Amino acid sequence: MASATLSIIQALESAQLRKDLPEFRVGDTVAVHYKIVEGDKLRVQVFKGVVIKRHRAGLQSTFTVRKVSFNIGVERMFLQNSPRIEKLEVVSRGVVRRGRLYYLRDLTGKAARIQDEKDR
Amino acid sequence: MNQFPGVIGRKIGMTQLFLEDGSVVPCTVVESNVIVVGKRTQEKDGYDAVILGSGERKEKHTSKALAGAFKKAGVEPRRTLRELRCQADFAASVEVGAALKVDQLFEAGQFVDVQGTTKGRGFTGVMRRHHFAGNVRTHGTHEYRRHGGSIGTNMTPGRVKKGMKMPGQHGNKTRSVLNQKIVKVVPEQNLILIHGGIPGARNGLVFVRGAVKRHGGKAS
Repeated sequence: MASATLSIIQALESAQLRKDLPEFRVGDTVAVHYKIVEGDKLRVQVFKGVVIKRHRAGLQSTFTVRKVSFNIGVERMFLQNSPRIEKLEVVSRGVVRRGRLYYLRDLTGKAARIQDEKDR
Repeated sequence: MNQFPGVIGRKIGMTQLFLEDGSVVPCTVVESNVIVVGKRTQEKDGYDAVILGSGERKEKHTSKALAGAFKKAGVEPRRTLRELRCQADFAASVEVGAALKVDQLFEAGQFVDVQGTTKGRGFTGVMRRHHFAGNVRTHGTHEYRRHGGSIGTNMTPGRVKKGMKMPGQHGNKTRSVLNQKIVKVVPEQNLILIHGGIPGARNGLVFVRGAVKRHGGKAS
């Protein structure tokens, strides 16, 4: 009984999962093309930054992107399976040793850089 | 009285749904599998209703009287039976023995009332049951931290007022939530996705019917 219940929910959720996004990890620099409705117009905004967190929870998965804009740190959380994400580009792959890069919040400038996978 | 058509259902659980514009709605999934077991008519019984049946009932759990009623209707024995008061024309439009599909009765965007039995929490104190504040933790409080305090005055009126909030059974009561919106109907699996929460635990029995305060809840 319980498993049948679970599978109904799973079927509903798996139908909504987005499988078209490229694989990306914490530490990667990504550009998120996000659809925004302004009044009655639809436009696409690009948010480019470092992925500092991935919350892996099936349909409810999210990821957080951090960028520094005009010397102010901006973090934005995206729903991974949201249809509002038009496209996700992986700009570069980073090498990090943590799953959550919260330490970046305390660092600025050169110290806040992340080693590129190609430079290893 | 709510005379709008409805179904007996089983609460499957909660999930979320992305709408086309990208907004997310939390919703409860209800599975419904009902057939019409019988009818009540104005001429014979003094009111109009359909009797709905849901779930499986084993033969050994079926009394002979019930078995006879099911046989007369020409359907397999059902575990849950419920009368649904309805308008005469709805009763006339369904046949005994026929299955009631969710897409026959409900549509996305419709408002419904959902009745269910809330999760039982047993005998519970006032802090949990009625959200009392309790007493101060410190300053010498002795064995009086989660108590309810005074329950009334002395000689006048000389009794405790009716409806005084005190400890007791919490939950396991029939409760309804009104005016919940249907987000989606999945006819293939007989599922209804209702915006927000509904009473009861997973696998609990619920009754879904058109919203009484919105004239059945349909848009038209």
